[in-house]
Amino acid sequence: MRISREQIAFLTATAARLRKNIIRMILKAGSGHPGGSLSAIDIITYLYFHHMRIDPAHPGWPDRDRFILSKGHCAPALYAALAARGYFPEELLWTLRDIGSLLQGHPDMRKTPGVDITTGSLGQGFACATGIALGGRILHKDFRVFVMVGDGEIQEGVVWEAAMAAAHYGLDNLVAIVDNNRLQTDGRTSEIMAVEPIEQKWTAFGWDAQRINGHDIEKIDDAFQQARTCRGRPQVIVADTVKGKGIPAIEDDPAWHSLPATAAELEQFLADAPREVFE
Amino acid sequence: MIETQPNRVMYGRTLVELGEADERVVVFEADIAKSTNTYRFQQRFPHRFFQAGVAELNMVCMAAGAASAGLIPFASTFCVFASMRACEGIRTSIAYPRLNVKIVATNAGVEIAGDGVTHQGIEDIAIMRAIPNLTVLSPSDPVTTRLATLAIARMEGPVYMRLGRQPAPVLHGENVEFVIGRMIPLREGQDVTVIATGNMVQEALGAADALSAEGISVRVLDCHTIKPIDEEAIVRAARETRAIITAEDHNIVGGLGGAVSEVVAERHPCRVFRVGLRDVFASSGRDSRRLLAHYQIHAEAIAAAARRALLA
Repeated sequence: MRISREQIAFLTATAARLRKNIIRMILKAGSGHPGGSLSAIDIITYLYFHHMRIDPAHPGWPDRDRFILSKGHCAPALYAALAARGYFPEELLWTLRDIGSLLQGHPDMRKTPGVDITTGSLGQGFACATGIALGGRILHKDFRVFVMVGDGEIQEGVVWEAAMAAAHYGLDNLVAIVDNNRLQTDGRTSEIMAVEPIEQKWTAFGWDAQRINGHDIEKIDDAFQQARTCRGRPQVIVADTVKGKGIPAIEDDPAWHSLPATAAELEQFLADAPREVFE
Repeated sequence: MIETQPNRVMYGRTLVELGEADERVVVFEADIAKSTNTYRFQQRFPHRFFQAGVAELNMVCMAAGAASAGLIPFASTFCVFASMRACEGIRTSIAYPRLNVKIVATNAGVEIAGDGVTHQGIEDIAIMRAIPNLTVLSPSDPVTTRLATLAIARMEGPVYMRLGRQPAPVLHGENVEFVIGRMIPLREGQDVTVIATGNMVQEALGAADALSAEGISVRVLDCHTIKPIDEEAIVRAARETRAIITAEDHNIVGGLGGAVSEVVAERHPCRVFRVGLRDVFASSGRDSRRLLAHYQIHAEAIAAAARRALLA
């Protein structure tokens, strides 16, 4: 069933609210990665508020769908979604990166309710996700595993080791999302280490690939619906996104991969113009 | 009746025993199943055996994911590849989240001989024991290898276990009490203590025999658990005997010798003499015993260290 206009409006509004929380928590923490959090948040919102079979009251439910944020530096996006979904109180967001906080700089499955796998070392979360999908099959579980990688992250060799394994084992319960915001820490992905053509790489490894606009909820829904029906092969959705999406002042600017020394621009942004950007 | 056999063979046999007892036990392998002996599990439980191919980092990360779903994964490759190629996967994806993965790595030490440096695991104890949350084992003989394999399957939490390639004689009775974190005394003695691990335990016994003929009384401890190290046994040895000799088929930097030295330095200073590979890369060798002798990693070197200790 196609997503309704009301559902799209709800997800759009939710993503806008989460964008604000992402910026606020990073500002409060004094460090973090706004750019990639903002490029990822529409898909994360869609998964947590529309698509995944989850129960926030029971984060360890064995039959739940999993989401692994393999690009773990974008933890603020995941934390914002988990809080809004009810895994923990929103107040916790303002403890991000503090000593003893449940919200560590990168996702920690032993500390944060709702985090399915500890991530932060690029590539490893993706390989773990492959193991969960394999485990689900051995245990005769019908849960599905969603794993998000960055376009810079797919430069890591282990991504392709795991991609090969997922196809070898025919893991059709595994859906990967490439958050293709085309920037990485040191600059444009095309200049640092080109990763295109991305879909062709995945299809050559035995995956079914789709390519969409990762900020268009309707297109996102179409892609995940299609991925759900495919059998026998793992699925990848290459999502073209804009780093820093939602804040024109930082969009597509490599300087905002992580928080620059002075965050005055963001402070100013939140103070002056939240309505027009966040709708 | 357990007979002389490589510890990796006993590991493979015990895996089958575990597989019969618990359906959650699965095995991951990186294309050396015949050598690590996981092929024995593969033959019996083909649907619970997973090849990662030649991709060790992915193997340990997949095992981590499988553990998070409720399985008890064993993942095997050689010590070199487990502790270095896959090191960060073990650290960040297994040890940090305390996932229930058992890394069992074979071909420990220079003992493997022929393949040379690329395949001689001489740093793995040092690397693995520096990782928080990880239990590190190095059993000496087939009896304790079996007991260790059963024990790590029973315990909840991440483990790294190293095993040798060459045949290992039986040193322990089959009813020996095996407790993770507790050294097993093999000889009582008052003059000097030899704390040995893995294939060096039999060499320690050889040294003890030779020294005994000279009237030197040697305590021999089988240190099958590198971490958590048995501090009390070390402190007792430091207190009750005049010196400690450590013996390991591993670099003397950071391995068993390092672990023992840390404990005596903090708790009861005494002389420690480290027998092991003296911070060099070893050669290939056509004969394992000759290669170990060439690098002074054998009973004679242990005995010489003990004599030196008693003169000091």
